[in-house]
Amino acid sequence: MQNSASDKLFTLINTIFLLVITLMVIYPLYFIVSASFSNPTYILTGEMWLWPKGFNLDSYAKVFENKDIVNGFLNTLKYTTIGTLINLIMTIMAAYPLSRKDFYGRNVIMAIFVFTMFFGGGLIPTYLLIKDLGMIDTFWVMVIPNAVAVWNIIIMRTFFQTTIPLELQESAQIDGCGNIRILLNIVLPLSMPVIAVMILFYAVGHWNSYFQALIYLSDKGKFPLQLILREILIQGEMDELMKGTSESFLKQKLSIEGLKYTVIIVANLPMLLLYPFLQRYFVKGFMIGSIKG
Amino acid sequence: MEKIIENKNDIQSNFLSTAKADISPSKWAMFKKSFRKNWDLYLLVSPVIAYFIIFHYVPMYGIQIAFKDFIATKGIWGSEWVGFKHFQRFFDSYYFWRLIKNTLGIGVYTLAVSFPVPIILALMLNEVKNVKFKKFVQTVIYAPHFLSTVVVVGMLVLFLKSDGLINQLITLVGGTPIEFMTEPAWFKSLYVFSDVWQTMGWSSIIYLAALTAVDHSQHEAAMIDGASRLQRIWHINIPAIMPTIVILFILNAGSVMSVGFEKVFLMQNTLNMSTSDVISTFVYRAGIQEAQYSFSAAVGLFNSVINFIMLVMVNFIAKKINNTSLW
Repeated sequence: MQNSASDKLFTLINTIFLLVITLMVIYPLYFIVSASFSNPTYILTGEMWLWPKGFNLDSYAKVFENKDIVNGFLNTLKYTTIGTLINLIMTIMAAYPLSRKDFYGRNVIMAIFVFTMFFGGGLIPTYLLIKDLGMIDTFWVMVIPNAVAVWNIIIMRTFFQTTIPLELQESAQIDGCGNIRILLNIVLPLSMPVIAVMILFYAVGHWNSYFQALIYLSDKGKFPLQLILREILIQGEMDELMKGTSESFLKQKLSIEGLKYTVIIVANLPMLLLYPFLQRYFVKGFMIGSIKG
Repeated sequence: MEKIIENKNDIQSNFLSTAKADISPSKWAMFKKSFRKNWDLYLLVSPVIAYFIIFHYVPMYGIQIAFKDFIATKGIWGSEWVGFKHFQRFFDSYYFWRLIKNTLGIGVYTLAVSFPVPIILALMLNEVKNVKFKKFVQTVIYAPHFLSTVVVVGMLVLFLKSDGLINQLITLVGGTPIEFMTEPAWFKSLYVFSDVWQTMGWSSIIYLAALTAVDHSQHEAAMIDGASRLQRIWHINIPAIMPTIVILFILNAGSVMSVGFEKVFLMQNTLNMSTSDVISTFVYRAGIQEAQYSFSAAVGLFNSVINFIMLVMVNFIAKKINNTSLW
């Protein structure tokens, strides 16, 4: 090859650039992990910047002693499991009929769904509706108003249309199999990949969301983890900025400093454990949605 | 990606055509026939339709309070019509230009920075021959996508506070610490660059996918002609992903006025309000916190109408380009 020298140079520069970018992404994440195992004093003085310094698990103990965090974690777990279950059922219920060519009216129904992607009532009318329905401060407000996402219906419908052989469904029909049985016994068992994608899409969404809770929940006992995180990580810090630091405050600050890093780790633990799946299936789902869609 | 657009257009034209057509007897007959055969499918989809009507279309009906003086006891329908009073009040208010400036400013800034980075990243990743290294880089840069907004802003605060890592570094080299989170001048940059940090990896996926479609024989031919790597990227890879780039650019450009609430709200505080207040956070404050329902509904409607118009315009342009120059 004629250009081997410049080629090598290119590869070198490219690799260095990518390494720098990777480092920029990974360092903050790594720092949080390292800090969660360190003595908070060293974090505040800047002595801890790579390896954990003054290794201890105190802040982990504190996280589990903190009633708000534990309660928030359990709440989020509830919202995520029930919410995802509802999401999945609703998505299948919409996507399957819409995937059938002999389902008359599917274009109208699809249009009704898709229109809401482009236009909506907005925050205030929605809020007033939820209020009128008496859903404020209930468990259900966290799982019902976002029961299904149009985009996911489209992904699932596309999957049904492109991957489940129509002949299979038709022959089942000839054998006297009803639509519901076709769905349950033929279509769904063949759709496990897309179901996995949906579960992950929805579950990550529930786990990470705070907006719904911020607007509709005022009872702290029902707060999801993200709202508790917001109190600890953001509001606490802002208060500090506004009030300045006094002597007694400093002590309190030190005790909560370690907690902040640890609570980030704990909040993302499920995500961390699932990450290999998340990455694979998310990319897959993303592709079904964009390429085939 | 092109297909998404086609699909969307498809769906929209379907919507238009079905909306226009009156239900003629033959269509009614077809529906009856289909219903008799697939009544269970209609049953299956009906709860979802009910959901959309209740939680998406009923709020659209509620938009009318923007033109009324909403009084809870009188209900949405019973409240008095006041025309454009609330809009007028918003346009005349001291906040109006500030909100427009901030909303548009953040949108354009995001578009200018967050948009090109994933493209460059994908082009660079595409050049990596070592599969293991490529996988490693991808695994790392996709990760922030899964962090919640609260965690990302929380990390921002932790690193940038007065005794955080960055300020420790600034002090170390002899500078004076900067109050990043409360300094209005820093808000937009922090918003945009933390966004880049979180989304660049994930957004590069679509371009990487487009790059896999590049015909390898083109590269071979160019190599025989003595083209360098950069030349090949410039003349083969970039033109190959250009349609994707254009489509995504148009889509992103269509949403410059719809800056999301979640992150701005978390990064906002009383000190940086002059640059951080956007329409969505204003609606939240006026509506949910101060219960000025009609006024904030009007502000919200103003924003969604602008967003909708931009989207339609952008769709129109996409169609034009779609038909003339790109395909």
